[in-house]
Amino acid sequence: METFLQVLIDGMLSGMVYALVAAGLCLIWGVMDVINFAHGEYLMIAMYVSYWLGFLANVDPVVSIVASGAFIFILGALTYKLIIHYTIGKPPLAALLATFGLAMLLKNLCLNRFSPNFLILSDTWLGDKTFQLGNLIFPAPQLAAAILSLVVVGLVYAVISSTRFGWAVQATAMDRDAAELMGINTERVYILIFGIGGACVGIAGGIMPSYLSVHPEVGSLFGLIAFICVAMGGFGSIPGAFLAGILVGVVESVAGFYIAPVFKYIAVFGLYLAVVFLRPKGIFGW
Amino acid sequence: MQRKFFNGTDAVWLAFLAALALAPLVPAFAANSFRMHVMILILLFAGMSQAWNIIGGYCGQVSFGHSVFFGIGAYGAGMAVVTYGGTPWPGVIIGMVLAAAVAVVISYPCFKLSGHYFAIATFAIVEIFNRGFLVWDWVGGALGLDYPLIEEGLANLMWHDSKTEYYYAALAIFIVTFGIVRWLEGHRFGYYMRAVREGQETAESLGVNSTAVKLAAMSLSAALAALCGAFFVQYNLRVDPPMVMSLDMSMKFVLITILGGSGTLAGPLLGAAVLIPLQEYTRAFWGGLGGGVDLIIFGLLIIIMVVKQPAGMIGILRSAGKFFSGKKSAERGGEAHVSS
Repeated sequence: METFLQVLIDGMLSGMVYALVAAGLCLIWGVMDVINFAHGEYLMIAMYVSYWLGFLANVDPVVSIVASGAFIFILGALTYKLIIHYTIGKPPLAALLATFGLAMLLKNLCLNRFSPNFLILSDTWLGDKTFQLGNLIFPAPQLAAAILSLVVVGLVYAVISSTRFGWAVQATAMDRDAAELMGINTERVYILIFGIGGACVGIAGGIMPSYLSVHPEVGSLFGLIAFICVAMGGFGSIPGAFLAGILVGVVESVAGFYIAPVFKYIAVFGLYLAVVFLRPKGIFGW
Repeated sequence: MQRKFFNGTDAVWLAFLAALALAPLVPAFAANSFRMHVMILILLFAGMSQAWNIIGGYCGQVSFGHSVFFGIGAYGAGMAVVTYGGTPWPGVIIGMVLAAAVAVVISYPCFKLSGHYFAIATFAIVEIFNRGFLVWDWVGGALGLDYPLIEEGLANLMWHDSKTEYYYAALAIFIVTFGIVRWLEGHRFGYYMRAVREGQETAESLGVNSTAVKLAAMSLSAALAALCGAFFVQYNLRVDPPMVMSLDMSMKFVLITILGGSGTLAGPLLGAAVLIPLQEYTRAFWGGLGGGVDLIIFGLLIIIMVVKQPAGMIGILRSAGKFFSGKKSAERGGEAHVSS
């Protein structure tokens, strides 16, 4: 029983991080109906930002999240300005293929600059510390990442659902032309949404070097899992993506522990198929 | 407009095929094995993308799962030769049948999904197959299957010294896939597929059984993909899961078709004729430097091409044709994009 609880906790902690990565993707998908294939690569770049800040300037990842969040915000806004902007109104696959090209570019740029080696940041504040509650162990870096995820996703959700800017975003998501006629600058909304979506994944990537090693391929799997979470949660639903993220984390951890480590992602992708076959628009979709 | 049994465009195609068939007789061309290699890959990937085009372009179901069928075909041939020590042909046939069967089983529930949900479901299927094959010992697991050197010839679909035979085999696959699609274009079933793409509800209201049409198109597409996969492994002489069953492979088929012009007969050929040389020459020029310079440039070129010409190269050709003949392109049936 205790083992099961521990497995469950590990799954929930990693699931919360998936949820934060997915929330950024969900925002972009929900507002623009664009699948950003380079989302995992944003995460990878955020991890490199945090790693190099830690390695060269001795800044701890807990502090670096500000820098990595801002960096990916700018990268996201630039992606919109330079690429996505030109694919709007074109065939729906155009944006997906263009961001696939971008993902390839970013991944190999990092491979070229930073080598394919796994880079690990040592002596971080959270490092190998753990909290203990009875017999249950909470690794400090994962716990901090999970709390951070909860705060950031909550903040984004609050902004979207109850501020003037958030209403403008919702209006733009529903009908761009009508929103434009109501005096909303939809171009600005798109830039900011791409930026904020990037910032979410930037913050997630910022804290991850405290417990994960950085390499150019690290983003691919996270990106794929983020797609799964967003689609499982339901089109553009942030609570849905959050719930799906936790579910994915738990399934991954349970399948990895009780069946075999190699089956954990098969279980995760199988879970997605099972959910959408039952509810073709995701858990919270309509 | 009713498509005629044989028209001027077909005559151009036949002339083009004749030129392709005669190409290896030109010594300056055949003597350069790198050029032959690029031509073989162009023909193979044009055929493979044409197989994707049946379901993705004509039927409008954008699948990112075709590397699964490609991989099943590759493993069919690979198992027949490596595991059972025979000729690849029974494996090719079994692979094609199996790919069609798998396509029906996994597509039936997936067709209930729409838009991005369908696309992501096909990503998930690729990942499940990829990881499943990595740990499945019977098919060689993560090590994959390495071909032994066996006697060359058509019976073993393997040649050691020259690439000319491989070239003709690739050309045969190219002719088969393009011939089938050309035939479909004028056939009743081809009209059903396009009707389903343009509006499923409308097609159903006119008596088209859209599920049956999509399943038939998917299984035909999967069987042809398996055929291409079998040739691919016979040409490379090894197979492992990341090589054939990966998202990158699936994306390649989609990219080639979309950049060429999806839902058109010439699109996959145009796309392959541009993308494959780009990939091979950037690899040859910059791949040796290490550190993925070739893929950086390739990624950049994909972005530029998608942003500048999302309707595909067929769009460029059509506007050029319009410019020279002064005709309106509307009567040509503008079907240059996917509506999913």
